[in-house]
Amino acid sequence: MVNNPAKRSIWFRLHIDGPLLVGLLILMSLGLAVLYSASGESTNQVFKHSVRLGIGFVAMFILAQIPPMTYRRWTPVFFLFGITLLIAVLVIGIQSKGAQRWLNLGVTRFQPSEVMKLALPMMMSWYLSQYHLPSRFKHIVIGAIIMAIPTLLIAKQPDLGTSILIASSGFFALFLSGMSWALLAFLAAMAPVAVYVMWTFFMHTYQKQRVLTFLDPETDPLGSGYHIIQSKIAIGSGGVQGKGWLQGTQSQLEFIPEPHTDFIFAVFSEEFGLLGVLGLLCIYIFIIARGMYISVKAQETYGKLLAGSITLTFFVYIFVNIGMVSGLLPVVGVPLPLVSYGGTSMVTLLAGFGVLMSISTHRRLLAQG
Amino acid sequence: MPYQQITIRDHGSESNLFARRAFFAFIFVIALILVLLSNLYHLQVQRHDTYQTRSNDNRISVRPITPNRGLIFDRNGILLAENRPTYSLDVLIEKSGKPDKWLKSLADLLTIDEALQEKFTKKLKRRRRFKSLTLKNNLSEQEVAKFSVNQHKYPGISIEARLTRFYPYGEALTHALGYVGKINKKELVDIDQAGNSANYAGSYDIGKQGLERYYENELHGTIGYREVEINSRGRILRTLKVDAPIPGNDLILTLDIDLQKTAQAALKGRRGAVVVLDPKDGGILALYSNPSYDPNLFVHGISSKDYSPLITSLDRPLINRATQGRYPPASTVKPFLALLGLEDGLVTETTTIHDPGFYRIPNVKRKWRDWKKWGHGKVDLSMSVAQSCDIYYYDLAYKLGIDKITDFMGKFGFGERTGVDIHEETGANMPSRGWKRGQHNQPWYAGDTISVGIGQGYWTATPLQLAAATATMANKGIIRPPHFVMQQRVQKADQNDIINTEDPDRPPITLTDEKNWQIVLNAMEQTVSSVRGTAHKIFRTAKYTVAGKTGTAQVIGMKEDEEYDEKKISERNRDNAMFIGYAPFDDPQIVIAVALENAGHGGSEAGPVARMIMDKYFNNKDKLIANGQ
Repeated sequence: MVNNPAKRSIWFRLHIDGPLLVGLLILMSLGLAVLYSASGESTNQVFKHSVRLGIGFVAMFILAQIPPMTYRRWTPVFFLFGITLLIAVLVIGIQSKGAQRWLNLGVTRFQPSEVMKLALPMMMSWYLSQYHLPSRFKHIVIGAIIMAIPTLLIAKQPDLGTSILIASSGFFALFLSGMSWALLAFLAAMAPVAVYVMWTFFMHTYQKQRVLTFLDPETDPLGSGYHIIQSKIAIGSGGVQGKGWLQGTQSQLEFIPEPHTDFIFAVFSEEFGLLGVLGLLCIYIFIIARGMYISVKAQETYGKLLAGSITLTFFVYIFVNIGMVSGLLPVVGVPLPLVSYGGTSMVTLLAGFGVLMSISTHRRLLAQG
Repeated sequence: MPYQQITIRDHGSESNLFARRAFFAFIFVIALILVLLSNLYHLQVQRHDTYQTRSNDNRISVRPITPNRGLIFDRNGILLAENRPTYSLDVLIEKSGKPDKWLKSLADLLTIDEALQEKFTKKLKRRRRFKSLTLKNNLSEQEVAKFSVNQHKYPGISIEARLTRFYPYGEALTHALGYVGKINKKELVDIDQAGNSANYAGSYDIGKQGLERYYENELHGTIGYREVEINSRGRILRTLKVDAPIPGNDLILTLDIDLQKTAQAALKGRRGAVVVLDPKDGGILALYSNPSYDPNLFVHGISSKDYSPLITSLDRPLINRATQGRYPPASTVKPFLALLGLEDGLVTETTTIHDPGFYRIPNVKRKWRDWKKWGHGKVDLSMSVAQSCDIYYYDLAYKLGIDKITDFMGKFGFGERTGVDIHEETGANMPSRGWKRGQHNQPWYAGDTISVGIGQGYWTATPLQLAAATATMANKGIIRPPHFVMQQRVQKADQNDIINTEDPDRPPITLTDEKNWQIVLNAMEQTVSSVRGTAHKIFRTAKYTVAGKTGTAQVIGMKEDEEYDEKKISERNRDNAMFIGYAPFDDPQIVIAVALENAGHGGSEAGPVARMIMDKYFNNKDKLIANGQ
């Protein structure tokens, strides 16, 4: 490949986006500190998490080396591969806790919906970038169909959290491709109908229960409302300054359910207070801003749409997780990105950032090519 | 489609469009983050205090610490009621999982019968979350050991120790000490109404009978609290603050366990009661009612298998005969009547009557017999007591009339509860005109008074009343009401305070001629020392001087000319044997009242019981002196 070393920094040559990397590193160190507290000062869990972070970083670094053009070329294949896996899950997947989300690979279990978290935005970007923007109604409809296939397959498992994330990534691609405001307004108006359809035909009893509990957790404080109430108590009792690292009674005494995974934000806000939360949100905003900047600066429509979609989906993680932990949204299994303990989702997220870095650092090469 | 694709892409406008959309999206992101933040502000700032409180409520649990119940000692410091650790098998079902997983193997390991298993499954249905349930109470040490070895197989199941009451002397002291048992619903309401709920928050037991019940407030102590930090499963992680409980007061009784055991031995196999008093202070040295029962059975909740014989037995072991037994006092009242006769001037020390073996009220045909068929002949006051002449007292009672008798005997406590410090007491009955009108709606007949003259008819008394009256007699009118508790020891951190039981300071009985006391006491001494005294044989070999009076009470009414033949009538219709007495004669230290149901003659049956106890008392005393005390 042609290169102009004089003009490019070492980071650029390594295809690493400096600001993004800094943002991610700050976020992850913060995450490790909270995880240490939330896991009951378990060095073992912190170590495991660090190992996964390492794997994620390697994935990110490798994916950053691949030029966007290559991604674009392989997108349809990758997407079809993902869909195949999802169908395989429904047929031969492993059941656990009432859901069928995993494929047994012999050595480890694997969650194909994670693949789709990248495959769908890629596919949407691939499809929409074939035509010039703003996308026409017909393309929007076809795009919506492309997006609906994996969303429904995942919702069927059932995995409401992931299907929301997948659907959002597709939607953001449509939005960024210039879907008309009139259509958006119409969809917004149709939302109640969609809710009704979802409730009646797609939601499982436990999911409905989660929603009902969300609407009024205090009706069943020891039953299904317990999680939300305890989580809100943790956040509220943290106050402005927080109880201090390792000092959160709600988390240390195990009142918070799953304190190191989905509810880690409750631990964080209990121990670091509103000030800590402000800091955390600033880091997130910084990462999102950088992602949006990369997308705007990308020179190819495919790259623009993909970068924007990945970045905005990253935000959906944050919003849904914090929203559910603080009682604004019903409980759906969405982790706090790069802070929650949990392997696959973190590797996927970092892989996404690898793609972002690729888009960011291959810009000029593309222009020259 | 292909036609449209031909149009040249305007990269500039596409970039602009995308940038605008990206900008909108970013604004949208910021807006949603502000929504999150405003909600967090609401939780962490506006409602911080509420959640702070709820967080503390979650974390801090106030656990009661049950105070140790006061101990009970006899007068020599021997422990009569103690607190022993007992072990129960408790299950936290959240941790142990469903019983079908472990109950069978556990039942094989320890003896858990089906009734217990069933009881447990029932309890399981209405348990509270994270509240452990007791599967089995009162484990033996062997069971504790067996389970401890296998504990790792049963998560969530543990052995809990707590202190429960134990009465080492068992049935010897049941009627005095009473017992504690599980607090029942009614008692819970009473505790609540007395405003004591908080103090009983950690208590399982409450005094049900006897001293345990009478001194419940003193024995119970004051509850303490422990503020603990708990985790979401209710496990205690650390103690934040302790407010130590104050143990209940120890009771030191006037009772002497040695005498009590002697009394128990003396009554073995018989129905009856013995009361032994110290006349100088009214302290009860022994109080035993036979048959008795093991109070320890009640502490853990008595099984119906153990309980039903107790309530169905004809011998009625649950009755405290010493304080609740209404016995005709029979001839034991003669000294008191003699005193009244002297006091009233109807007789003097030297007044004699002729006893032909029967008595008749003027103009009434009916004859009242003497127990001695051929009569005592010429009888003075001393002889009338010593030989228990009935005719003397028929005549005296007739002449006194019921009103004077009722009034005078009331001064000795007949017909009234002695106020002893247990609740199981009756005042028995001292008859009067008013009483008969009220009870039987009949006027008082002269004939009724005749029976009263020999302590029969409507007159009943408890052994405790007889002992108390005898003590008053021996004290020449000074009244020392009977009581069990000598002192209470108030437990404190550095030292113990002693509260002595105060003498109620009752005004003494005064006579117009105080010499009359000695006349009657001398007569009581004659009962023992004169050759024809009714208790002479019993105390002939005693190393101490004794004064007393025997009594033989008819249980069934007899026609005037019918003869009493012990062999012909059924065992339960035989006479009751009574005895009252004190020793030494010139310095009363010990007063005894004995009542034996259907035993026969007072002198030959009840007297030996008194003799055994007095022997023990003076033997012990000699030993103490020999030991240089």
